Amino acid sequence: MIGRHSYIRAVFWPRLAHNRFAVAGAVVVLLMLAVALLAPLIVRFSPNEINAWAVLEPPSLKHWFGTDDLGRDVFSRVIFGTRISLLVGFVAAGIAVLIGTILGLVSGFYGGWIDNILMRIVDIMFCFPTFFLILAVITFLRPSIWYIMIVIGLTGWMGVARLVRAETLSIREMDYIMAARCIGCSDRRIIFRHILPNAVSPALVAATLGIAGAILTESALSFLGIGVQPPTSSWGNILTSGKDYLEFAWWLSLFPGLAILVTVLAYNLLGEGIRDALDPRVKR
Amino acid sequence: MIHYLFKRLLMLIPLMVGITLITFTVVHLAPGEPVEMQMAMNPKVGKEARERLRKFYGLDRPLQEQYFTWVGRLARLDLGRSFSTDNRPVRDKITERLPITLSLNIIALVLEFGLAVPIGILAATHRDTLLDKGITVFVFVGFAVPTFWLALLLMYLFGVKLNWLPISGLHTLGSDSYGSIRYIGDMARHLCMPILVASFGSLAGLSRYMRSSMLNVIGQDYITTARAKGLSERVVIYKHALRNALLPLITQAGLAIPGLIGGSVIFETIYAIPGMGQLFYQAVMSRDYPVVMGIVIIGALLTLIGNLVADICYAVADPRIREGRGVQ
Repeated sequence: MIGRHSYIRAVFWPRLAHNRFAVAGAVVVLLMLAVALLAPLIVRFSPNEINAWAVLEPPSLKHWFGTDDLGRDVFSRVIFGTRISLLVGFVAAGIAVLIGTILGLVSGFYGGWIDNILMRIVDIMFCFPTFFLILAVITFLRPSIWYIMIVIGLTGWMGVARLVRAETLSIREMDYIMAARCIGCSDRRIIFRHILPNAVSPALVAATLGIAGAILTESALSFLGIGVQPPTSSWGNILTSGKDYLEFAWWLSLFPGLAILVTVLAYNLLGEGIRDALDPRVKR
Repeated sequence: MIHYLFKRLLMLIPLMVGITLITFTVVHLAPGEPVEMQMAMNPKVGKEARERLRKFYGLDRPLQEQYFTWVGRLARLDLGRSFSTDNRPVRDKITERLPITLSLNIIALVLEFGLAVPIGILAATHRDTLLDKGITVFVFVGFAVPTFWLALLLMYLFGVKLNWLPISGLHTLGSDSYGSIRYIGDMARHLCMPILVASFGSLAGLSRYMRSSMLNVIGQDYITTARAKGLSERVVIYKHALRNALLPLITQAGLAIPGLIGGSVIFETIYAIPGMGQLFYQAVMSRDYPVVMGIVIIGALLTLIGNLVADICYAVADPRIREGRGVQ
């Protein structure tokens, strides 16, 4: 048996690096992070700078992605939208994975009635069309990026909980857990020190895929006008004006949509790659 | 079978209780005095509507009492009255729009399966060939395309540029005077894009699922046996393997329902289709709480019914389930 760190170095990285799709995904993910961090250095116009003399201009050397109905530079708005999308993705997926992992661990470790109740809650949550639930909650609160992140997180943890529970169920029966019990480890120590590190792989995959899902949901909400509120730019709300000016300005619809597509695709490829690299059943 | 059915129906009770509890919590989300706080910030809802909301949810009474009166009303399908100026019962508003959304989603579901099954079979039988890889790329892109963006692109292409298809509504203005065939044709033209967009949502996931299900079955011993006794590949795949590979897809149909219903908000809003999704969107925008809560509950119940039907179909198709022996 090899230790965790040498496993990561000897098996996980080479396997991931061997997967061309996953590497492409990882490159785009890193690139997007850089874009989000360096946004002010990349753009030539402020994303909120209104220019009445340059309304709805098609893409040109000056405005790479054209301008919108207020004469704002679409390239700048898309670049700054990266920040919003990634922020929503990270926070929402983080919340979902945190809740899902803790409930999955508790459910799998204790079993019995605790497990039964938690898993029924999972069943119930799966019954709601998530998008309806999010919209309803946003109606009662008010549209704000923080509520959106929290609500997407609160409605997205069920899958993670099931996966982590299944993993915990099998780990629980292993000898080293028995050994930990024998030397008098508390339940909490066993769960967080001994089970969690070994059950973390499904959570990692779920986090990566969850970021992609959260970005899609946020863009749909913003598109409907219930998400990120103007003048803050997000890929979704640029597409809203894209719909209004569909007949005259295709560039308003094309570029932000491509940004969503590429980002979500990258996270999905990376997530699937991590899953395959961690799965001992998948052969190279 | 009856035993299984009974057990499955019994399981519905805790699920229903849970659904009502969660929905009820949503109403009470706002901090402090729920109605007061929200309405003060939201000038769209007047003083009179505030009073009605108070009375309807009985917000001055203790929580458990509120819950039980609300559930009691729910059991009689009394969802209250809309806040909008027409002041109509929420139940009527939903039932007149539900058929459109339901039939659209059922057509989309059929189309989705009609496409996903052959795509999945092709990918599985041509494993690791260029075709399989091409399908994999399509699947990944399909996963990542935002449906509303796809809707915009299709609108631009077919509606604006090529001018082949109408871009909104269900009928052309003045279509009432058309003959019945022309009337239906007109409606079909209006529905082309919405249905395409609705079914695209989970097409990618479903084809991938079909592929892995098929691969799983092909790897089993009885398929090797069938090949060993000299059956043609066609018979092996379409007669022996396909039946078992299709089984898990029944559950997937049940699981696809919440996504379809949720997605209807998007495509009905974009294509201006007067269904439940559009009603929901309008209700959200005008803070019409009773309608919002009514649709959330109806959506959850539809999902519940969909899952139940899927499970029963599965039990009918697979004796291992109804005999309680489990799969494998």
